[in-house]
Amino acid sequence: MDFGFSLSPSSAVNLDTVDLSLFRKVEARCPDIRTCIGCGSCSATCMASAWSGMSVRQVILALQRGQLRQVEQKLSACMLCGKCTMVCPRGINTRNLILAVSREFKKEEAQ
Amino acid sequence: MKESVVVIGGGVAGMETAASLLSLGYAPILVEQSDHLGGHVASWHRLFPDMTSADEVIASLKARLEGASVFLGTGIQFVNRLKDGYNVMLTNGVSVLAKAIVLATGFRLFEARRKEEYGYGIYDHVITNSDLENWFRGGDDLRVPAEPAAIGFVHCVGSRDVKAGNTQCSKVCCITAIKQAIELKEKFPGAEIYCFYMDLRLFGKKYEDFYINAQRDYGIHFIRGRVSEVGERIDGRVIVKAEDTLAGKPVKVSLDLLVLMSGIVCNPEIAALTKNVTLERDEDGFLRSRDNLSGITLSPRKGIFYAGTCTGPKTVPETLAEARSAALCVHDFLQGRA
Repeated sequence: MDFGFSLSPSSAVNLDTVDLSLFRKVEARCPDIRTCIGCGSCSATCMASAWSGMSVRQVILALQRGQLRQVEQKLSACMLCGKCTMVCPRGINTRNLILAVSREFKKEEAQ
Repeated sequence: MKESVVVIGGGVAGMETAASLLSLGYAPILVEQSDHLGGHVASWHRLFPDMTSADEVIASLKARLEGASVFLGTGIQFVNRLKDGYNVMLTNGVSVLAKAIVLATGFRLFEARRKEEYGYGIYDHVITNSDLENWFRGGDDLRVPAEPAAIGFVHCVGSRDVKAGNTQCSKVCCITAIKQAIELKEKFPGAEIYCFYMDLRLFGKKYEDFYINAQRDYGIHFIRGRVSEVGERIDGRVIVKAEDTLAGKPVKVSLDLLVLMSGIVCNPEIAALTKNVTLERDEDGFLRSRDNLSGITLSPRKGIFYAGTCTGPKTVPETLAEARSAALCVHDFLQGRA
């Protein structure tokens, strides 16, 4: 039946159904990402952030919320300069994280 | 004859311990390395949350020390363990035999220079929380401009920072930053004041009210993002870069004055003190208590007690309560009850 309107899908994050498969794979390679406190030091110091929206903080959050498209889109601007690794107060090896994510995306592409 | 107890450190913890021991009928010997009592609190101006004068707190503690032996400008040469107690050799040549020793050796402020990216000692208008208190007390400081239009506070400098080797939260800086921000706003009503924080930890009595005051009555801006770096503009103002994590966008602001909230680390001189009598340190560098829940003032060694910030960051009221508790533990020990 056509009511003449449609509902757009909810943008709410549903933790019951969220897809954590990528997060689990990345977490296995760099368990220190669990310790992120979201302070934003990584994005504040990022050379690419202001122009591209690159933000390791947001990538870690997106991984945990199953927002995979955001993960890919943000990381594509990374130049692997390593400044974020230097400033992280929790000592997270962000470079390792970025490479782990990219490895997983590459695997998917190959399949 | 009254039993002697050596109290090492003449800050508020040591003063209150000695005063309590005195009223319990002992003969405390208070040893302080510097030339004055009061420790860090003596160099502070007003204290949260009631804006109490720090000098008055020290004066009332001093008044209660009448009758105690106080050695100023005196360090500890060595401590030797005897069969039944300790021999404490002071640098002034006095040797004391005591069954109990209370360590009230306190803390050091994190050396802000070590966070080079914040520019302390490099840029003209970057100061620390303790520099600002000194200025509040009437000290001259050329780094504080006459009419600042914008002022910033950086929380967690050297605290909660693996890279600085300090994972602990220094506990008092959130509320100190808010107190100092309010005081600066009172002095410079036209100035915009920004606090850059990771988390605001306002756990104590009246702290949250203080925070609400700062927001509502003083219009202080709180930005959730850790400052990543500070630069200097050609006009001498400092420029602060952070991520506004709530907006998810990089943020920068030019300031006339930047205040770094240096955190609390354990007094490094404890290492020399514990040369002969080994006392274990916790992962955070502070002295390890026998038990972090019910035995915080007890060291693992018989006859050695702790009071105040030598076991971790603490507020003044917590330190005073702990000092009284340490004195009671000493009393129980000397009465053969513990």
